[in-house]
Amino acid sequence: MNRLVTLACTGAVSLQDAGRRGYARQGLSGSGAMDALALATANTLVGNPDGTVAIEFGLGGGRFRQEGGDAWMALAGAPCAIRIDGVAVPDHRAFALRAGATLAIEAPRRGVFAYLARASGFEVPEVLGSRALHRRAGLGGIDGHGLRAGDVLTGRDMPEAQPLSIAPLPLHTDAPVRVVLGPQADHFTPEAVALLAEATFTMSHRADRMGLQLDGPALAHGPGGYNIVSDATVMGSVQVPGGGRPIVLMADRQTTGGYPKIATVISVDLRRIAQRRPGEAVRFQPIPLEEAFALARERATLLAELSRTVCVHGVALTDRLAGANLAGDAVDALSVEA
Amino acid sequence: MTLSAIRLLWCGDTALTVEFGDRIDPDLNARVLALDARLRAADCPGLVETVPTYRSLTLHLDPVAVDPVRLETAIRDFAALSAPSRAPRRVWCVPVVYGGAFGVDLDDVAGHHGLSPEAVIAWHAAPEYRVVMIGFLPGYAYLDGLDPGLALSRRSTPRATTPAGTISIGGVQALIASIAAPSGWHLLGRTPVRAFLPGRDPVFLFEPGDGIRFVPTDPARWDALDRAAAAGEPVAEPVR
Repeated sequence: MNRLVTLACTGAVSLQDAGRRGYARQGLSGSGAMDALALATANTLVGNPDGTVAIEFGLGGGRFRQEGGDAWMALAGAPCAIRIDGVAVPDHRAFALRAGATLAIEAPRRGVFAYLARASGFEVPEVLGSRALHRRAGLGGIDGHGLRAGDVLTGRDMPEAQPLSIAPLPLHTDAPVRVVLGPQADHFTPEAVALLAEATFTMSHRADRMGLQLDGPALAHGPGGYNIVSDATVMGSVQVPGGGRPIVLMADRQTTGGYPKIATVISVDLRRIAQRRPGEAVRFQPIPLEEAFALARERATLLAELSRTVCVHGVALTDRLAGANLAGDAVDALSVEA
Repeated sequence: MTLSAIRLLWCGDTALTVEFGDRIDPDLNARVLALDARLRAADCPGLVETVPTYRSLTLHLDPVAVDPVRLETAIRDFAALSAPSRAPRRVWCVPVVYGGAFGVDLDDVAGHHGLSPEAVIAWHAAPEYRVVMIGFLPGYAYLDGLDPGLALSRRSTPRATTPAGTISIGGVQALIASIAAPSGWHLLGRTPVRAFLPGRDPVFLFEPGDGIRFVPTDPARWDALDRAAAAGEPVAEPVR
């Protein structure tokens, strides 16, 4: 049987896909890729539909051995050094992993999350509509846990395809993270709301798939204090506990919380903050809600072009995509290498 | 009855919270659940899922498919309708072993209120609670209906972990915990019931709006009930 055998893993390594929907009302957050564009890109490079399950590396890497047949793979997102039997191969480009070969992926030098996709995906059971690991719930992934040495991921035999490649995805390390103020910006002093836009925060080491804690100036709550009757959170909620240090809630977050949320990271910039490493600066830029919707539509167009063009034609992307500056995540060189 | 005004609070481009009020109030929760039912039955483009809480309903949205103006109009129309009767769809009897190692704070809570542990158990098991929110962690059921005579602020120092199935109180709230987690609430007992059990059908036992009755249970029955629950039996019985 065609299989990828895990020899070693470092960092937070798990199977992730587009996540599960419909269970937040039962306290189960969606999980899914922390950088959805990177997941889509890796899948596109190997001809998978968007949202196919892939291996997510969070500030980590791993060593694997391919057995029982060849596999067609690609890695996208944070740039990682890749070696097959000691020979370097580029990321953001599809490659063949032959039976018997050893694949080594190093932790990224920049950014946080990288995605290893395999043509046809990995065969693990779907749980509540998704294969994504939700670590806290012990559900999805491989029997409810992350990837560990000894785990075997089976997959279908796939014909060799064209070695599609794409320019490395920009990580926007210096760009501001755009937010829409609210839902509880009125629980803070006007000075705190101004400070959110003006101050420079630092990504702390207390950062995982549940939430990203930021260091920096404290954001003061108004006279109402820092407790609210619990209400729902979203991926991107900037919640501020009593100490005033913001936490950006992410894919595996708690679904409800009793701290006010001063702002919400817009959907297209979730990857921007997810890819920020501990110690790196974070600035927030409030934008109008309408602009957030417009950016989301641009991103959807980018994603549609990614999958449609490559999957149907298997040849170079249209000039339209190459020329468009899509939400600052322009993909300018998706092409079949001659 | 005049319905208080709702507030529509956008959470970025992927969610909208409909806030009925800012306090714990069964009438507000009834309106939350009524709007939830109406929106789920209606055809709302871009509506991905809904999360009812004590006093608000959050709509998770596909920012590309949603029409914000149309959605806000639909919400205001639905929310203006009165909430239906508050009779729960179903009521569960949930066995609880109180005190001792199962509820390490029972004696402290009793002492704080000048009650006997037996009285705390009787007061805690007397009401028919309502599930007003399932959230925080998978299957955590937050309940309305605690006797105000038992209300007690949370511990100043949270515990780093509390066991799965913990039955606790915090402030005026009561909780059925599903999985082990840190908590600053007062632990009165444990239930063998798995509110959340991957691999069981259904994975989640309770729904917002369900009624809950606690049934004090002999510790001698724990092992058998716990085994049955682990094997996928509900152990909690719906009584209507």
